Amino acid sequence: MGEVIVITSGKGGVGKTTTTANISTGLAALNYKVVMIDTDIGLRNLDVVMGLENRIVYDIVDVVQGNCRLKQALIKDKRFENLFLLPAAQTKDKNSVNTDQMKELVGNLKPEFDYIVIDCPAGIEQGFKNAIAAAERAIVVTNPEISAVRDADRIIGLLEAAELHDPMLIINRLRPAMVKKGDMMNIVDVEDILAIKILGVVPEDEAIVISTNRGEPAVLEQTSKAGQAYRNIVKRITGEDVALMNLEEADGLVSKLKKLMGIK
Amino acid sequence: MAMFDFISRMFGKESSSKNVATERLRLVLVHDRANVSPEMLNALKEDLIRVISEYMDIDQAGLEVALNQEDNTVALVANIPVLRMKRNYASNAS
Ligand SMILES: Nc1ncnc2c1ncn2[C@@H]1O[C@H](COP(=O)(O)OP(=O)(O)O)[C@@H](O)[C@H]1O
Ligand SMILES: [Mg+2]
Repeated sequence: MGEVIVITSGKGGVGKTTTTANISTGLAALNYKVVMIDTDIGLRNLDVVMGLENRIVYDIVDVVQGNCRLKQALIKDKRFENLFLLPAAQTKDKNSVNTDQMKELVGNLKPEFDYIVIDCPAGIEQGFKNAIAAAERAIVVTNPEISAVRDADRIIGLLEAAELHDPMLIINRLRPAMVKKGDMMNIVDVEDILAIKILGVVPEDEAIVISTNRGEPAVLEQTSKAGQAYRNIVKRITGEDVALMNLEEADGLVSKLKKLMGIK
Repeated sequence: MAMFDFISRMFGKESSSKNVATERLRLVLVHDRANVSPEMLNALKEDLIRVISEYMDIDQAGLEVALNQEDNTVALVANIPVLRMKRNYASNAS
């Protein structure tokens, strides 16, 4: 039976979809059988981040309404044959799926997959409720920035109220140089305030923008710092104990020298 | 400018922007979390009544509990009208 993980945040634009794409692809690269579910009805995006937008025929609403079988709506990834996407509907109403339908759908996927990764929409309305309805584990994504952390706190409270216990935190878009200057909250600041376990820290990285342009998740990019951060996160999800990357050093003189000399 | 910034930070005159952010967050979350669960404040009220009643008779209906904010601190302010002190607390305790 597969494990059901929801990627959520409260605030929009913090990196849920990016995280869903990278974690799922990373798990698939380790040979797990993975399906991603985009629950952002009306604002579907996971398909383009994955570069699969041209292959969509049916979507999650079609499945729920019985217009097609579940298997017909699953899109196979370009790179990994053990990775699938169930796309959100782009033109249908936000409320065309309810929590019971979501639970049934996920229940049907569980026997077939090792991981079911659910990309949650922003906000705390129906889309959020659907996304967490069938989840067994929650990953909260935030940025080291005041409004994102505040929203994350709200989401953590709502997850707790929904009895989805022990959520884990990903701090995305950390900028080591700003942290060093004291102009961005650091890992400890955010961890102290939210008081949940940190699953990983992903730096701000142009590679994310470039890989999103191409529809190729950065987790497959060996030289990207964000890619490395996501590979570590993936290992932690599978139960491996991996230390946090030293991001403080990323822009330091020492690491620049090391890079110049070809030492990693 | 940068040097001045640095010096004023060293002497603690001006906090770095991330310190300002964490401080503001800490305060705003006190209110957010209290608002999300008014039940929590109610439960606290009931517990207060129970504990204080061991020492004095209080006007339970007149009891008020609230979070008050002043600049950089949030205080739990309780207004608890006392009707009567219990005379024999010590003998009860032993
Ligand atoms: N670590 C990062 N470095 C640089 N850009 C990022 C990073 N994470 C996300 N982004 C960019 O931020 C934007 C929002 O990300 P997205 O995953 O769509 O957020 P959400 O799904 O939470 O709304 C996207 O343009 C994405 O490419
Ligand atoms: Mg998204």
